[in-house]
Amino acid sequence: MEPTLNRPLRRSFVKGLLGTTSFWMASGNASWTAALAAEAAQPYLPTFFDAMEYRFIEAASERLFPVDDNGPGAKALGVAEFIDRQMQTPYARGENWYMSGPFQQGPANLGYQLPFVPRDLYRKGIAGVEHYTRQHYGKGFADLPPVQQDEILTALEGGSVQLDEVPGRVFFEQLRTNTLEGAFADPLYGGNRGLGGWTMLGFPGARADFMDWVNQEGAPYPLAPVSISGETA
Amino acid sequence: MGRTHVDAVIVGAGWAGSIMAKELTEAGLSVIMLERGPERTTPVEGAYPESIDELRGAVRKRLFQNLSQSTVTIRNTMDQTALPYRQLAAFLPGEGVGGAGLHWSGVHFRVAPEDLRLRSSVIERYGEKFIPEGMNLQDYGVTYEELEPFFDKAEKVFGTSGEAYKVQGKIVGNGNVFSPDRSDNFPLPAMKDTFSASIFRDAAKNAGYHPYALPAANASRQYTNTYGCQMGPCNFCGYCSGYDCYLYSKASPNVNILPALRQDPGFTLIPNAHVLRVDLDSTKTKATGVTYLDTKTRKETSLSADLVILGAFQFNNVHLMLVSGIGKPYDPVSNTGTVGRNFVYQTITSSRVWLPSSTYTNQFVGAGGAGVAIDDFNSMNFDHGPLGFVGGSPVWVNQAGVKPIAAAIGAGGGGTPRWGSAYKNALINTYKHSLGIDAHGSNMAYRDVYLDLDPTWKDVYGQPLLRMTFTWKDNDIRMNQYVVSRIEPIARAMGATKMNLVHLNAGQPFDTRNYQTTHLGGGAIMGDNPQTSALNRYLQSWDVSNVFVIGSNAFPQGMGYNPTGMVAALAYWAAHHIRTTYLKSPGPLVKA
Ligand SMILES: Cc1cc2nc3c(=O)[nH]c(=O)nc-3n(C[C@H](O)[C@H](O)[C@H](O)COP(=O)(O)OP(=O)(O)OC[C@H]3O[C@@H](n4cnc5c(N)ncnc54)[C@H](O)[C@@H]3O)c2cc1C
Ligand code: SF4
Repeated sequence: MEPTLNRPLRRSFVKGLLGTTSFWMASGNASWTAALAAEAAQPYLPTFFDAMEYRFIEAASERLFPVDDNGPGAKALGVAEFIDRQMQTPYARGENWYMSGPFQQGPANLGYQLPFVPRDLYRKGIAGVEHYTRQHYGKGFADLPPVQQDEILTALEGGSVQLDEVPGRVFFEQLRTNTLEGAFADPLYGGNRGLGGWTMLGFPGARADFMDWVNQEGAPYPLAPVSISGETA
Repeated sequence: MGRTHVDAVIVGAGWAGSIMAKELTEAGLSVIMLERGPERTTPVEGAYPESIDELRGAVRKRLFQNLSQSTVTIRNTMDQTALPYRQLAAFLPGEGVGGAGLHWSGVHFRVAPEDLRLRSSVIERYGEKFIPEGMNLQDYGVTYEELEPFFDKAEKVFGTSGEAYKVQGKIVGNGNVFSPDRSDNFPLPAMKDTFSASIFRDAAKNAGYHPYALPAANASRQYTNTYGCQMGPCNFCGYCSGYDCYLYSKASPNVNILPALRQDPGFTLIPNAHVLRVDLDSTKTKATGVTYLDTKTRKETSLSADLVILGAFQFNNVHLMLVSGIGKPYDPVSNTGTVGRNFVYQTITSSRVWLPSSTYTNQFVGAGGAGVAIDDFNSMNFDHGPLGFVGGSPVWVNQAGVKPIAAAIGAGGGGTPRWGSAYKNALINTYKHSLGIDAHGSNMAYRDVYLDLDPTWKDVYGQPLLRMTFTWKDNDIRMNQYVVSRIEPIARAMGATKMNLVHLNAGQPFDTRNYQTTHLGGGAIMGDNPQTSALNRYLQSWDVSNVFVIGSNAFPQGMGYNPTGMVAALAYWAAHHIRTTYLKSPGPLVKA
């Protein structure tokens, strides 16, 4: 059978009919309306990151998740906007983490033991990488060619760089995790624009009913994704 | 000023607590159930489409325990400093009405009868010397035959889907040939096999093994349970684990028990009520009630009760016993005391099999409890003699619905890129064309693996955190390695173009950073000897006889199966003996 989900990504997408979402809005969730409105507003103005930091996020996330033959990369998917918006949530303030001292370091397998929440990790991490980059390459991260950006990310991932108070590897993992979240979360949160992330994977989003596809002998699921707000790819 | 008095107070509104509350109100008792987390109901928490949101659900962990209030510390060995479990990862405890029973997956097992008498069984077959030095192998003190009516009762409450093998001595179907006799069939037929499970079934059968449909507390059809609570048919949406089922198809206390319980005038549920301790009289042999903190108003209240039931989940139950002074804390050095003893977990490794690119596994399709398993290497179903380890592991394809963020974060590694274009290629290929096979095995108890109170870190209420001393031991690592080695021929027969067999490695310490399971056990175990068990065979504290401690804390060692079916059966078992014996003449049900 010809895999229908391997068709080239449609860059232009049809917005879901807003009418179909009216009952959700009537249920009083203002965040949806806000999210849809925010998505329409161009260009996005970051509220947590300053301009330099935002350029770093845009550049680094695109290297982690680059545009290629498979489809869009972090930039086209709105990953930087996603991360900036996440910085205003309880998650970024570490409100669900145990953050009581003393903070004592130990073996890696006993888990995260730094006194920093995600907002701190980004502030300190970006400043650290920028400092490192200027020292070793004479320019800011976003102004380097991709090959050198990859070199720096590889060094961070490998753990050979300490960014002042934050180990390079910790910052790298934070950035990688949030980048991938931004590529694949519901577009409600600003990333996965046009459902581009889901389309690449063949993930149908919020359809959540596969009664007819429990076992189709390995045939691909036929429908394209739909988002929580009713947007389709 | 007189404390409010009730007949029974129950700590925790998960499966254990809700079952006990239902049973005790049926017996005519006035019952207050205290839950530290918020109220949760399916029309709110499960409302579609907001519930179908991976970021908000499993990724930001909306329904799980908020660690900022309370957590545990963890170390691998006694010579290390335990450090706080600051971010949820390895295990995901529940919080809020329904407990982890709201966001569990639904694999609903009974027990392998020999697991209940594992020590006796191993000694009978291989002699006492077979048990490794330092392993605290014990029997439960209860038999499968005694528990059978309560497994049956629980399945009829959970609306469990499955295929029986033997009912009342007669072979009735294609179920698990290793499973024991049942008094009745499953209330619902087995869930359908996903494509991935169906090819595993064929390959396992051709290899001479005995595949069976996993028993699932996901409803294969519509169902009205014993309490009149209704479930709709599961549509394989794939949002069980970490979510509230929007279709009312996955069993939860919220859907299967509380709708009935809430109508009972004898029952009161108080959410946002964190129990600080069980209050004891001066002799420390009788509980007078509990003291809890209203987490909204920060007001402390003491309730007086004749009977105290702990259903706060395995390690919280142990924590409450330790901070309240119920029983004697375990000391691994002198090998005395029982509270904290025999702390166990679950070995699990997930291997991956890639199929040709013309074959789509549609991994987002699935249900938490659905799948196909083999028990040929579980429990005492195979000859351990030449292998030299105790325990075993079912092997299964349990496609529960793989979400994109989880798939993306987990992809790469093991020599393959974790970012960049090559990573993207591999991620897409893996998502579309692969499937997972798990070895979900037992974990034995050891003298130096235990729970106690941490000397340094405290929760927001000022109480010491519980400290876990836990790592993987040689016996369990070798068990896992052996079972994983049996996966390879099955995977080849499934038409694997590539496979990644994952097993525990010799000397590999427990890693708190990766999700494994929330199947923690032991720490306040049941048994027939007060020197080596905190609870008697009715889950009653040997030391404080009006306290019953319900949960997987009662397991003397870990088993290959998932725990909740056993927890539910033990709850009904304990409740039965409270109702028929204890209430008539309160006191120890077993002479110490
Ligand atoms: C993602 C996930 C998937 C799972 N899948 C399966 C599966 O497929 N099969 C299976 O068998 N098991 C599964 N489990 C495990 C299963 O959820 C547990 O075994 C089961 O829920 C335990 O029930 P319980 O009532 O003992 O504890 P819980 O459900 O944890 O309930 C305990 C309750 O007590 C409350 N509490 C704790 N401390 C206090 C206190 N001091 N004061 C007041 N309240 C307190 C908690 O907030 C919680 O609500 C899964 C777990 C998770 C997290
Ligand atoms: S897979 Fe089935 S049981 Fe699980 S959440 Fe979806 S509908 Fe409910």
